[in-house]
Amino acid sequence: MNGDSFHSVTLDTQKCKGCTTCIRYCPTEAIRVRKGKAYILDERCIDCGECIRVCPNGAKKAVYDPLSAIEQFAVRVAIPAPTLYGQFDEHFSVNRILGALLKIGFTDIFEVARAAELVSDETASFISKAGPGPWISSACPAVVKLLQLRFPSLLDRLVPVVSPMEAAARIVKERLYPGRNDVGVFFISPCAAKVTVSRNPQGVASSAVDGVIAIKDVYLPIRNVLPYVQERPIATASAKGMAWAHIEGESEALALPKAISVAGIHDIIGVFEALENGKMKDISFIEALACPAGCVGGPLTVENPYIARARIRALEKHPQENHTKETENIELAFSSVLKASSGLRLSPDRVKAMLIFEEAEIILESLPGLDCGSCGAPSCRAFAEDVAKGDVALTACIFKLRENVRKLAQELILIESIQPPGLDTSDADDSI
Amino acid sequence: MILRYEVSGEDLSLAGRASAEVKRAMGRLGVEPADVKRTAVAMYEAEINMAIHGGGGLAEAELNSEKIVITMEDEGPGISDLNLAMQEGYSTASERIREMGFGAGMGLPNIKRNADEFFIDSSPGKGTKLKITVYFGKKEAV
Ligand SMILES: Nc1ncnc2c1ncn2[C@@H]1O[C@H](COP(=O)(O)OP(=O)(O)OP(=O)(O)O)[C@@H](O)[C@H]1O
Ligand code: SF4
Ligand SMILES: [Mg+2]
Repeated sequence: MNGDSFHSVTLDTQKCKGCTTCIRYCPTEAIRVRKGKAYILDERCIDCGECIRVCPNGAKKAVYDPLSAIEQFAVRVAIPAPTLYGQFDEHFSVNRILGALLKIGFTDIFEVARAAELVSDETASFISKAGPGPWISSACPAVVKLLQLRFPSLLDRLVPVVSPMEAAARIVKERLYPGRNDVGVFFISPCAAKVTVSRNPQGVASSAVDGVIAIKDVYLPIRNVLPYVQERPIATASAKGMAWAHIEGESEALALPKAISVAGIHDIIGVFEALENGKMKDISFIEALACPAGCVGGPLTVENPYIARARIRALEKHPQENHTKETENIELAFSSVLKASSGLRLSPDRVKAMLIFEEAEIILESLPGLDCGSCGAPSCRAFAEDVAKGDVALTACIFKLRENVRKLAQELILIESIQPPGLDTSDADDSI
Repeated sequence: MILRYEVSGEDLSLAGRASAEVKRAMGRLGVEPADVKRTAVAMYEAEINMAIHGGGGLAEAELNSEKIVITMEDEGPGISDLNLAMQEGYSTASERIREMGFGAGMGLPNIKRNADEFFIDSSPGKGTKLKITVYFGKKEAV
């Protein structure tokens, strides 16, 4: 589970009916249906959660830690994503929601929104020194993976600053509980991709996060205790950090002129295509969040993203300003270089890849171009590539199969018309 | 291998498809990211010019493991003064085109900057032909 190929997004084979809905929505063509079940190509999956959102059978799921995982630690620190605050009715304050986390088993709290304030400042200072943009936010791990896979030429545009989750976990470990090994830091997450990067981090050697728990798993426990939680001051994050939960929040926190914000993986791809073509030279910063409306639309949330966003927007209007000193001088820069991923290459050998590509073009010509999905590939073209690579037989295409059957039938009729020599009277008159 | 595309002179929303396809192919072959970017920028600009100024035409990309050669040919109005057209900031784009975010007069100079070899031939009334070569593993995109 901890190898390089670990992905939070996985398939529940029991529930999958092989309906092929998911394969069309996957932005990296990472899903195939084989033997009646969906199958995720690890080297292409970016953990964006699109398939979780569209699967009609709930068969795509995210793997994360159960709430009981916190029991292994004496000190159990929750680091909640600000998205959590938008999940509950308006009359529950942030203080009460955080108080509820303490009631359900956590012993301490550090808000990711507070860390997001630091990350905002670090990002703004990086950009002011690094020169003309556009710079791309590295906050969303699915977006970072998309760059590695599909837009590696843009990797040098990424802001090399750790995510608010990672920053929060470091503050807990290095400042609140330095030198202790009985402290467990748990991210309360809207996000499947964050589960993946808590195990295979991006831009840093190892993560300070010990576990990731889904917002939807703490939702009911929190709601059950919320009415009994008294208001008391726990929250320290300001509007600037809270706003990171939704699209435009990070851009607002950075307050850079000429920033653009884009949510939803398919629109993000459009923006990156343009960027790769040399457009948008006058843009300073690109905030890109893979989920609809941003992290409030994450696959592990409960509330509708737009309702959650409106609630958080309302909370931003009466912010807390109670800053603490323990956050000073925390290291926020990336310590390792992000590499391009080879998941879309047809072969490690370029000449071989070219042969496969050409073969795929020829196969594609012979396919009906309906992108019907019954072969289990997202498009005729993806199928042609799979066939050329040798992953699947051409007759997995129902039309090709039918063609073959027709040919076979014609041959059968032909064979059927041949008489044994003794009975063969055809052309008898002429031949004598 | 050779890839061929028609570039429409009518529907501007389609302009950029050919270069996107070539970019995709280069990714499948594992061409270095910097070379993909240089090719993408150069071919995209040429394709947009062909759609906006040249009335559409044919794009051809010939790829091997060392380089890509892109040929773009249209039978549009052509360019009367090539030296002028190659200057940064020179553009004959209409107000309508400028409103769409084109017409800064940066396309041709940008193509030249990103290509390792660049050849342009144009005669008024006959059309315009561009040949763009990018060698792999050589330099950074600009
Ligand atoms: N294929 C073509 N056919 C006819 N004229 C062309 C063609 N390509 C370029 N031109 C002429 O050359 C000029 C300069 O081209 P260039 O690409 O540098 O700038 P632009 O297209 O006007 O603006 P930009 O590329 O910055 O959007 C154009 O305005 C046009 O007059
Ligand atoms: S938008 Fe937020 S929740 Fe969705 S993948 Fe990105 S970081 Fe995770
Ligand atoms: Mg141009």
